[in-house]
Amino acid sequence: MPTTKTEKQVFLCRVDDLIEGVPKEVMVNGESIAVFKTNKGHINALQNSCPHKKGPLSQGIVSGDHVFCPLHDWKISVKTGMVQEPDEGCVKTYPVEVKNKEVYLHFS
Amino acid sequence: MQKEQLVLIGNGMAGIRAIEEILKRDPERFEITIFGEEPHPNYNRIALSSVLQGDSSVEDIILNDYDWYEKNGITLYTGDPVVKVDKRRKKIESKNGVVCHYDHLIFATGSNPFMLPLPGADKEGVIAFRDIKDCETMVETSKHYKKAVVIGGGLLGLEAARGLLNLNMETDVVHIFDYLMERQLDAPASDMLKRELEAQGMRFHMNKHTEMINGKERVEGVTFKDGTFLEADLVVMAVGIRPNIELASEAGLQTERAIVVNDFMETSAKDIYAVGECAEHNGIAYGLVAPLYEQGSVLADHLCNQETEGYKGSLTYTKLKVSGVDVFSAGHFQDNEQTRAIRVHDEFEGIYKKVVVQDDTVVGAVLFGDTSDSPRLLDMMKKEQDISGMNKAVILPSENADGASDESSVVSMAADEQICDCNGVCKGEIVEAIRNDGLATVADVTKHTNAGRSCGGCKPLVSDLLSATLGDEAVASQKEPICGCTDLSHDEVSEVIKDKQLSFTREVMNVLGWETEEGCSKCRPAINYYLGLNQPEEYEDDYTSRFINERMHANIQNDGTYSVVPRMYGGVTDPDQLRKIADTAEKYDVPMLKVTGGQRIDMLGVNKEDLPSVWEELGMNSGYAYAKSIRTVKTCVGEDFCRFGTQDSIGMGIQIEKKYERLNTPHKVKMAVSACPRNCAESGIKDIGIVGVEGAWEMYVGGNGGVDLRGGDLFCKVETGEELLHHISAFLQYYREDARYLERTSHWVERVGLDHIRSVVLDDTEKRKQLIENMEKALRALPEDPWTEISENEAKQKELFEKKQLEVVR
Ligand code: SRM
Ligand SMILES: Cc1cc2nc3c(=O)[nH]c(=O)nc-3n(C[C@H](O)[C@H](O)[C@H](O)COP(=O)(O)OP(=O)(O)OC[C@H]3O[C@@H](n4cnc5c(N)ncnc54)[C@H](O)[C@@H]3O)c2cc1C
Ligand code: SF4
Ligand code: FES
Repeated sequence: MPTTKTEKQVFLCRVDDLIEGVPKEVMVNGESIAVFKTNKGHINALQNSCPHKKGPLSQGIVSGDHVFCPLHDWKISVKTGMVQEPDEGCVKTYPVEVKNKEVYLHFS
Repeated sequence: MQKEQLVLIGNGMAGIRAIEEILKRDPERFEITIFGEEPHPNYNRIALSSVLQGDSSVEDIILNDYDWYEKNGITLYTGDPVVKVDKRRKKIESKNGVVCHYDHLIFATGSNPFMLPLPGADKEGVIAFRDIKDCETMVETSKHYKKAVVIGGGLLGLEAARGLLNLNMETDVVHIFDYLMERQLDAPASDMLKRELEAQGMRFHMNKHTEMINGKERVEGVTFKDGTFLEADLVVMAVGIRPNIELASEAGLQTERAIVVNDFMETSAKDIYAVGECAEHNGIAYGLVAPLYEQGSVLADHLCNQETEGYKGSLTYTKLKVSGVDVFSAGHFQDNEQTRAIRVHDEFEGIYKKVVVQDDTVVGAVLFGDTSDSPRLLDMMKKEQDISGMNKAVILPSENADGASDESSVVSMAADEQICDCNGVCKGEIVEAIRNDGLATVADVTKHTNAGRSCGGCKPLVSDLLSATLGDEAVASQKEPICGCTDLSHDEVSEVIKDKQLSFTREVMNVLGWETEEGCSKCRPAINYYLGLNQPEEYEDDYTSRFINERMHANIQNDGTYSVVPRMYGGVTDPDQLRKIADTAEKYDVPMLKVTGGQRIDMLGVNKEDLPSVWEELGMNSGYAYAKSIRTVKTCVGEDFCRFGTQDSIGMGIQIEKKYERLNTPHKVKMAVSACPRNCAESGIKDIGIVGVEGAWEMYVGGNGGVDLRGGDLFCKVETGEELLHHISAFLQYYREDARYLERTSHWVERVGLDHIRSVVLDDTEKRKQLIENMEKALRALPEDPWTEISENEAKQKELFEKKQLEVVR
């Protein structure tokens, strides 16, 4: 994917550095981002802040495509950032790209 | 053939009930589309009071979740109000532009709270009490502000005020009349109510007319006509409701106070109906759920072409849902020339009862302090029973002289007496459902019969009825699934793990047919616990299934930092430890050091990435203040120092803590050792509490100082420390093997009974031996101190604690 003027890509880590079910917290330009690797090997990135009370999602339990916030157990899709029923809201997602077993984050 | 199109405007309690009734009668008949203005599925509006009072969460009060709509093939638009009804073309249009044809259209738009048109009423911080959003605003406001003023001393106002008190706000209630709830209570009952609520901390300003709301952008106070002023950071108006009829009248339906309907809920326009608070029948627009439900049932009959007598109006009654205050009112409760009344007024007990009688029938009642006779009175009113031959004890059974019997009032109720007045469910229906459908829990009964689904006031009666029908034991052995991923209970899951000797969380979910692929935050920690319990030596802990605190070996705080609580065995420390704590706290800028309730020191506000180094620097063991595990053993000073001490409580406490530390348990286990019955270590409210007496140790179990305060039960008395450790081992191991995950000893002891535990742990020598052996095995398999382990393991540190810093260079 070519980078445009407003969008930078940044090397996050190698795919092998990520462990399934154990999210990683990365600070990019002072913004805290949670990176997930699901059991199917998909990699997703979310803003590391729960829409409820800013719980750090990088510390949650991950089940399938969802992370459970460590503070009050909201269930959030790591793919879409959508908060699941019965709670509401959404978290910012960041596009990630895997090239040669390396994970890049597109950051604007 | 194409199905008839049925469209519902208003995704609230009345509308959805009507749909439920229709689906019950003929699930295939209609193609149903629902529009709701609120961004939620149908929830129990009544229970907002209990959400505000902190007894339920918003999640608990959802009545029909999104799945329900989907399962029933209903198209639902939430957050999208209908803005136009074209009755000639039989079309409606929503705000988002959805256009939809209907064959039948139901209005169930409810009411809007009435906002007094005062100057300043549009300021920030001036709200009503009607929906989830209002509730959330109050909760949020309470975090930043202190003073709340509720305008309106009726039912809603008082429930809101109680909620605000629970949220720690100073709460003033302003009422325009002399008496609170004047529409439901007479003067004596109203006075008693006021006194009770004042004792709970509410302040009242009676006979006050509000003139204006003061403040700049946000409300700062309220001014009254008499010139007085009250400061306020939040104003909740609870002065009444107005049926929401704007859309209906724009569409040309006949409206008065509400949308006019006949006995079949038909409005003035063809194929358009109305139910709920927005409908007016025979001059009355009801503001309670019981009538709405009766209307829903009539409408369903009518739409499904089933025979119906039509709706004939409802007898309404009121209950106040404020904890500690029981108020009931129904019918014509004021005296007049034609009425006579039975009165009971006991100022000592705070009880008031008044039953108003006209022409030998009960026409109204007010009960305060003891409302147990309310089902019976309502029943008499509904049936217009002739009471001329009855004595007082029949009319008010709770006044029965030997009323000391604790038999529940449900036992003597007739089969056709109503238990749930909101939903019109009588005793006979519930008993039949319990028997025929094999129901064992209140939740089951609610699901099958709707009893208890609205205000919840009848749940205690339903529970009594379950016990009366099935016997107490059957009720106790009710089955509850672990979580939404399975129908299996804790007991069943742990049983299978044992039988089949399973070894991985995934395996368990797979073998037992979990409905989700990877479980959830409720079942995974439980399964992980059961697996470890079953194979203490072989099982490799699945730390990804542990709650954050147990994974990080620290307590997460509201701001994402952590707290560190090192062990101080038996609450004993020394200068060296204190120095290390002080030095480390300084080095890592720990914002707060605090002595905990568990006799040790908490270092609060440590950054995640600093945790391993903090531990290393401290060189102390983890206090497990975060885990479902042995927490602390508190001790008192004991015989070495105290003039009353009979035993070495400190020594014993340290020995216990060292023996069992790091052991996983179903829930946390707290212990204490005191050296005499003065109990300075609070042994009486611990999971296991030891009290030294002359020449012996007493062991108490099942105590809890938390949410459900419970004093421990004396379990046994032994002479030596060695015996004591054997008893603790046997008891603890039985708790580990028998209790459900997340069940504290207090709840477990209540559930299975102390006698049963004694019979296993103390009386059955074989079993006891086995338990002690199993415990020793579990203790042998315990991991090292996790803090030491992690501070020596770089890979682990990187995996769990590292926070990578990246800069994007532009
Ligand atoms: C630190 C401490 C408060 C203090 O500053 O004194 C504390 C702090 C917490 N307690 Fe506690 N409890 C503390 C003593 C108590 C006590 C008193 C005692 O142990 O003598 C009780 C009542 C006794 C009891 O449990 O029987 C107590 C009853 C609870 C409960 C209610 C348990 C219950 O069964 O009802 C919870 C919630 C839970 O465990 O689910 C809780 C949960 C918590 C948590 C872990 C909340 C959480 O899950 O995040 C708090 C962590 C705060 C933080 O941000 O670090 N805490 N907590 C105390 C630590 C003691 C220690 O040294 O380990
Ligand atoms: C805090 C509180 C406590 C209460 N306690 C009790 C109690 O103890 N006992 C009791 O019997 N009653 C109680 N009530 C009253 C009870 O909740 C109501 O009588 C009942 O909810 C009315 O049902 P409804 O369906 O008519 O209206 P609602 O439940 O208000 O539903 C109407 C819905 O229609 C939506 N709507 C409106 N216009 C449109 C439109 N144009 N398009 C789409 N959607 C629209 C609204 O947003 C709303 O969601 C209480 C009410 C409150 C607020
Ligand atoms: S009582 Fe315990 S759980 Fe509650 S706020 Fe205090 S520390 Fe937290
Ligand atoms: S902060 Fe995430 S659930 Fe509360």
